[in-house]
Amino acid sequence: MEGLERIVLAHPFFAGLEAELGQLVSGCARNLRFDSGKYLFHEGDAANEFYLIRQGSVALEILPPGQPAVVFATEREGDIVGTSWLVPPYRWRFDARAVELTRAIGIDARCLRDKCEADHHLGYEMMKRFLPVVVQRLDEARLQILDVYGKQDKRS
Amino acid sequence: MTTGMDPFIPHTYRVDRVRRETRDVTTLELAPMTGERPAFQPGQFNMLYVFGIGEVAISMSGDPAHANSYVHTVRNVGAVSGAIAALQAGAMLGLRGPFGTAWPAEAAAGNDIVIVAGGLGLAPLRPAIYHVLAHRERYGRVAILYGTRSPRDILYHGEIERWRRRLDVDIAVTVDHADPTWHGNVGVVPKLIQRIDFDPRNTVAMICGPEVMMRFTATALLGAGLSSDCIYLSMERNMKCGIGLCGHCQFGPYFVCKDGPVMRYDRIADILVVREI
Repeated sequence: MEGLERIVLAHPFFAGLEAELGQLVSGCARNLRFDSGKYLFHEGDAANEFYLIRQGSVALEILPPGQPAVVFATEREGDIVGTSWLVPPYRWRFDARAVELTRAIGIDARCLRDKCEADHHLGYEMMKRFLPVVVQRLDEARLQILDVYGKQDKRS
Repeated sequence: MTTGMDPFIPHTYRVDRVRRETRDVTTLELAPMTGERPAFQPGQFNMLYVFGIGEVAISMSGDPAHANSYVHTVRNVGAVSGAIAALQAGAMLGLRGPFGTAWPAEAAAGNDIVIVAGGLGLAPLRPAIYHVLAHRERYGRVAILYGTRSPRDILYHGEIERWRRRLDVDIAVTVDHADPTWHGNVGVVPKLIQRIDFDPRNTVAMICGPEVMMRFTATALLGAGLSSDCIYLSMERNMKCGIGLCGHCQFGPYFVCKDGPVMRYDRIADILVVREI
């Protein structure tokens, strides 16, 4: 097993992935390093890659007009960054910034999309892994917009 | 409640110390004007009475092992809590209690402990944290997860820093949103559960915070393999009498003041999601 393939399969997101599928995914992978403050991508850019975080942390931000950026999530070692590559128009909907030195595996999105299209078994496997992440983030977003710690939180 | 005392008669306490925690949260240390304060268990509450304004249920937030005072952390959300939060050192107030059920801090010995607090929910959990840390050798792994609205809403800042310096406790703090100067976690507190290490077959979880946050957290703990009878929540309803007589805090078949506030999740999971309750 090649070094990159081993790293990809060791990431929690790909835990238990069949070796053959692991080879296909790893064929789209590259090693990346982001220094603190460096942006992985910006809102509106083409979503050509997603990231398996191996070390460090990444802040996901939205920039309200005329105001400082608002960080709405941080992703850490073992997490993935980026699901916009899954659905047209394949554009990022927020900024992603390395909070500290961050090492990641970047997966070329077009490469993986093409492989998923050609091999629906791989495509279904990817969907089974991405859908829980998307659902979990939807749940988290719901909890955040409820602003449960606002004035109505009377606990004391 | 202490045997032999009329639970309806408030006793006079003096505000000994006031600490402003955040822009709208205040911690008061209260000492009895006469005698000793009754002992309490982590998780219990007192009814605090501001003369001429009203009475409200507030959980203890201090160390149960500490001598003759109660500590209460209050958020200014209404007439009574606002009046309590505005009290200065030397002021008097009435106090009834302690009332209610406790966190299973002692019964959980031998297990891993996961404590999950949301917002002001850290206050009712703090006595349990003091107990667990004071008897650290009795427990397995201990994790404290705390989520709040923004970095400036973090309670007990200095204390969290001290807990974090310990090598035998996992502490994680997260906020719902922040500006880019914040280098900590951003996201909801249930998400932190997947980042800590515990044995789901031998873990007791204690959760306190807004009810929606507790439901999401309980779901995340169940997803991590915890049994529903090992999860404890601190419920909040409109407590008035404090002893299960008036019915204001009815929660399905329970009175939160008497059968709670600390309740086991498997006993209330079904009614937690009933809109009318």
